[in-house]
Amino acid sequence: MSAAAGARRRAFAPDWTGRVVVAAIALYTLYAFSALDFSAQRFATGLGEGARLIGRMLPPNFARWPLLVEGLIESLQIAILASALGILASLPLGLLAARNLMPGWVAVPTRFFIAFCRSFHPVIVAILFVKAIGFGALAGVAALIVASMGFIAKLFAEAIEEISPKPLEAVRASGAPFAAVVIFAVMPQVMSRFVGFALYQLDSNLRNSTMVGLVGAGGIGGTLDAAFKRFDYDFVSAILIAIIAMIFIGEILSGWVRRAFQ
Amino acid sequence: MTPAQHAAPLAAVDREWRRFSPRERFARWLVYLVAVAAIVWSVRTIDVIPEFLADAPTQIVDLFQRMWPVDVAHYRRGIHDVLIETLHIATLGTILALGLAVPVGLLAARNITRSRVANQFAQLILVSSRSVNSLVWALVFVAVFGPGALAGALAIAFRSIGFVGKLLAEALEETQRGPIEALEAAGAPWGSIMLKGYWPQVQPAFIGIALFRWDINVRESAVLGLVGAGGIGVALDDAMNFFQWDRVAMVLLTILVVVVIAEILVTWIRRRII
Repeated sequence: MSAAAGARRRAFAPDWTGRVVVAAIALYTLYAFSALDFSAQRFATGLGEGARLIGRMLPPNFARWPLLVEGLIESLQIAILASALGILASLPLGLLAARNLMPGWVAVPTRFFIAFCRSFHPVIVAILFVKAIGFGALAGVAALIVASMGFIAKLFAEAIEEISPKPLEAVRASGAPFAAVVIFAVMPQVMSRFVGFALYQLDSNLRNSTMVGLVGAGGIGGTLDAAFKRFDYDFVSAILIAIIAMIFIGEILSGWVRRAFQ
Repeated sequence: MTPAQHAAPLAAVDREWRRFSPRERFARWLVYLVAVAAIVWSVRTIDVIPEFLADAPTQIVDLFQRMWPVDVAHYRRGIHDVLIETLHIATLGTILALGLAVPVGLLAARNITRSRVANQFAQLILVSSRSVNSLVWALVFVAVFGPGALAGALAIAFRSIGFVGKLLAEALEETQRGPIEALEAAGAPWGSIMLKGYWPQVQPAFIGIALFRWDINVRESAVLGLVGAGGIGVALDDAMNFFQWDRVAMVLLTILVVVVIAEILVTWIRRRII
């Protein structure tokens, strides 16, 4: 470029770093496809299979709706209980993990615990709970409580760390005990955000509660797994439609609640 | 001054201050009521098997006894290869998702696609992608392409489209009009407007979204093997089916380490680039 210095400045200089990155990603994609044993022929066969699958999924078969409704209700129960207990457990955890309220020797281990809760997929946690407390909805509830703690306790802690310190100082200066500091200085500042996080977690628990059944932890997932294994694809599509409808309704409801709390 | 003159302002002062209007309070109470009712209903009707619950402590002790000592030697024989496969699934799935989500995101952004119908259609794609769990996508793709990592990568990709597309559309809608109008005034074609007008504005958001989703996908791809879609979940499933809990413990430990490293890596890259 130095030769051209003093000459015309180019408005849209070529972005060589960007090009190299794009080329590297393209190369990796090709390599990964070959490493994963992907071929055009397999893709073509797959498309044929896909067409057959869709053919067998249509029309969806709602004939066994009592089974479907039973599974959905259990998933809903799992989601509600896991959210309620998970949020309840996250409140103290969030307080303990907030670095502006707690000394480092409390906050840091709590943060590690929260990160640990978050590091496994809910389905893996569900497997362990199925072994520990047996098949059924309770294992699903326990697994989703762990998942909820991992997510909302972290968000709670971050929200608490962002609050203004002035009300804290004012309440402390009046000689209030710790509980009063939390109730009168911390909670009013973070309550509306907490409601938002709680609703988000309820949505996410509802999604996951339809899945923990795949490993025997209750809910519609067990029904779905059985239908897939028996190649009842028309019932599979009915279940999928029902799950999507339930999640959709859940999102609309949580939108209403969010507006009520704004 | 007569007492009557005092009364009017005093009445106004004496009125109790309330933070919310009656309607807001009613809405809140309704939400609390419904929440409590839902919890009570769930507690009373959920199916709990008391026998299973009674021996839970014994089972938990038994679980940890079987997991200890962790079978560290199993890593080289049975875990390393599937771990690499998991990382491929997560990375390839993310790349495919980015490629597929860009057109949908462009279609969903109201300032780029000026058609209500097209926006709604794109939103429908994004919502259905997000509503179906990656495990369900994996079940579907295993039925289509057969068991293996390919099904896993596609499942991750299809699950991620909704997430990436939604955030990308939001980032596009927040862009400034200035540079775009300047390009339009200079007679730039559509491709140039995209590349030189919108792209520089959404690039940081795009990289952030990609990294964030990759981090999530590393976690998600670890379970896909449970339904036969490849990756480390296969090793987990095998070990569990043979009740080799010491190997299960090693797989879990590996997942934990990888997830932590991925999170540290993502945080580090974010801090350097954005």
